[in-house]
Amino acid sequence: MTSLTSTLPIVDHPNAAREFVTNEPRSHWHDDSLWFVRSKRDKQAQSIPEWEYLREQASTIKTHTIAKLPEYLQQFEANATRLGAVVHWAADAEEHNRIVLDLLRRNDTLRIVKSKSMLTEECGLNEYLIESGIEVVDTDLGERIVQLRGETPSHIVLPAIHIKKEEVGDTFHEHLGTRAGESDPQVLTEAARGHLRGKFLSGEVGITGVNFAIADTGGLVVCTNEGNADLGVSLPRIHIACMGIEKLVPRFQDLSVFTRLLARSATGQPITSYTSHFHGPRDENSELHIVLVDNGRSKIRDSKTFRDSLHCIRCGACMNTCPVYRRSGGHSYRATVPGPIGSVLGPAKNAKAHKSLPFACSLCGSCTDVCPVKIPLHHQLLAWRKVLVGKRLVAWNKRMAMKAASFLFRNPPLFAAAGYLGRVALKVLPKSLAHNRFNTWAKDRDLPEPPKKSFHEWYAKNRPSGSQTVSREEQS
Amino acid sequence: MSETQSNSRQVILDRLKGCVVDAPELPTIDPARVVQFDDRLQQFQETLASVGGEAHLVDTPSEIHEKLQAIEVFQSARRIASTVPEAVTATVDLATIDDPHALSTLDWTIVRGEFGVAENGAIWIDGKTLPHRVMIFIAQYLAIVISRSDLLNNMHEAYARIGAPGPGFGVFVSGPSKTADIEQSLVLGAHGCRKLQVFLLP
Repeated sequence: MTSLTSTLPIVDHPNAAREFVTNEPRSHWHDDSLWFVRSKRDKQAQSIPEWEYLREQASTIKTHTIAKLPEYLQQFEANATRLGAVVHWAADAEEHNRIVLDLLRRNDTLRIVKSKSMLTEECGLNEYLIESGIEVVDTDLGERIVQLRGETPSHIVLPAIHIKKEEVGDTFHEHLGTRAGESDPQVLTEAARGHLRGKFLSGEVGITGVNFAIADTGGLVVCTNEGNADLGVSLPRIHIACMGIEKLVPRFQDLSVFTRLLARSATGQPITSYTSHFHGPRDENSELHIVLVDNGRSKIRDSKTFRDSLHCIRCGACMNTCPVYRRSGGHSYRATVPGPIGSVLGPAKNAKAHKSLPFACSLCGSCTDVCPVKIPLHHQLLAWRKVLVGKRLVAWNKRMAMKAASFLFRNPPLFAAAGYLGRVALKVLPKSLAHNRFNTWAKDRDLPEPPKKSFHEWYAKNRPSGSQTVSREEQS
Repeated sequence: MSETQSNSRQVILDRLKGCVVDAPELPTIDPARVVQFDDRLQQFQETLASVGGEAHLVDTPSEIHEKLQAIEVFQSARRIASTVPEAVTATVDLATIDDPHALSTLDWTIVRGEFGVAENGAIWIDGKTLPHRVMIFIAQYLAIVISRSDLLNNMHEAYARIGAPGPGFGVFVSGPSKTADIEQSLVLGAHGCRKLQVFLLP
């Protein structure tokens, strides 16, 4: 792992989310915005009778691909090379960035235009290139907004979902010279269109991510609604496409399954406005470079428990549906990929830095239900908790409490005594003992009314006379 | 390729090969299990409208020209690129242009689509029919001409129809360029065409 990731600060999700959740109107606004997207997704999913069938096919194709990944990567490389593309391999983020910078330097590039790529976000490519004196322009509207504001995307599909239109207006007033106080999305988008047209025309190299790469043809697919990836790579001579090694599909026809699932799951559209298929460079004077990046993916593949997380097609549906994400905002995860899938991928990259993320989850399972490639997300989040406890990365008080509970549950007389004491304590002890500034758990939570008797006592009195155990008939 | 790069290739492949994983068979999509429409034309028109495109049923190429003439922004258009000369005469000669940047001021582009997909309103455009790829993305307005007999049900049929793609470019276009990045408000005309007209010939 690179020095960059090993020195990452430890994320404490509850603390990182505090500012967002304490601004209640904003938290609700954010919640509603994402629920709107989730509802659109439901409508699209329900419009297709074979939705579940498609999810199963997608899951099987991905399971197959990840299992045979080395074969498919080599097949892809051979076919892409045959088409005239140049394939590069990067073991980690640092190498990825170096490869891209080398390509830019070799072509005396000063200005690049980029379309959305979570991989380059993951690798910190923008910062790296800017430090090296390259002008980097994110061309996706949402990404451009966060770039102008000096922020990072808070969502992988909707990068500026946390920003209000009035704030976009302020940012555009400052950077693009729009009228002060302008907040009409139509007017603001038009301003960005004009501003970015100039950037497209002066871009010397176009950088894109990759939604799918096809092993049996050597081609790649990029999906956008704005058309920014296409504009970005159709003008300059050089196209650099950066992709994680898990983005492969074996056969060209497999795209049919994924193009049906991706946009419906992401934004509730039947397909993205533009689904572009690149097979080789544009012409004999042009270049297509494809950078294949591992950066921890092969390590995840080694793990039987977490291997399925490599199925992810980055649709963001798990975020849109997650009650924790919706209320705490993407930035509270302090990770390139937030939400449920981010909370699985984050600890895989650095367990210590991201140890709080698998706990930012109520295990409601909604993410698993909507995932188009059937990643068992909430099971993986639970599995991560076990791993983190095993690694002693969970706070000592939580570990001690769990140990004590385990001891208690294994000792019935002790359990009965503790129950009795608890009922008495709830009755007689002052509330301030639990509700004070040292106990953050008690914030927004109240203690229960003490029950009059234990379940044991109730059952002893109420069970049908003569029967020691519940009979089969009664059970069914 | 530098030495460190080829080294990373080996490192990644070795690492992956070091963990042998059982793979399920690749599935084959059962055509009987995927959506079909009784009226593909109607479905296509409805879906196209839902993604912001405008469909026009026409019987002859000259009718395309008539319909376009009724659109104000076409009347006032000065720079028009067309690969469908029987419908629209180009005012920009694509053959004389070497640098795609020269197309930055295109008002309209009219091109031919290979086929449409009823389930999502997408139209497949084969890059081989475009003298410059950028022409369909950079023009302010886009019109695509397809045949009503080239409407497919779903994406499975679409990829089967494309078959084995050769070198080059191809794109599914479904509606005009759009964004909802500002407070989920849908705005048509983000970077590419502001509007999309689709002409359906017999």
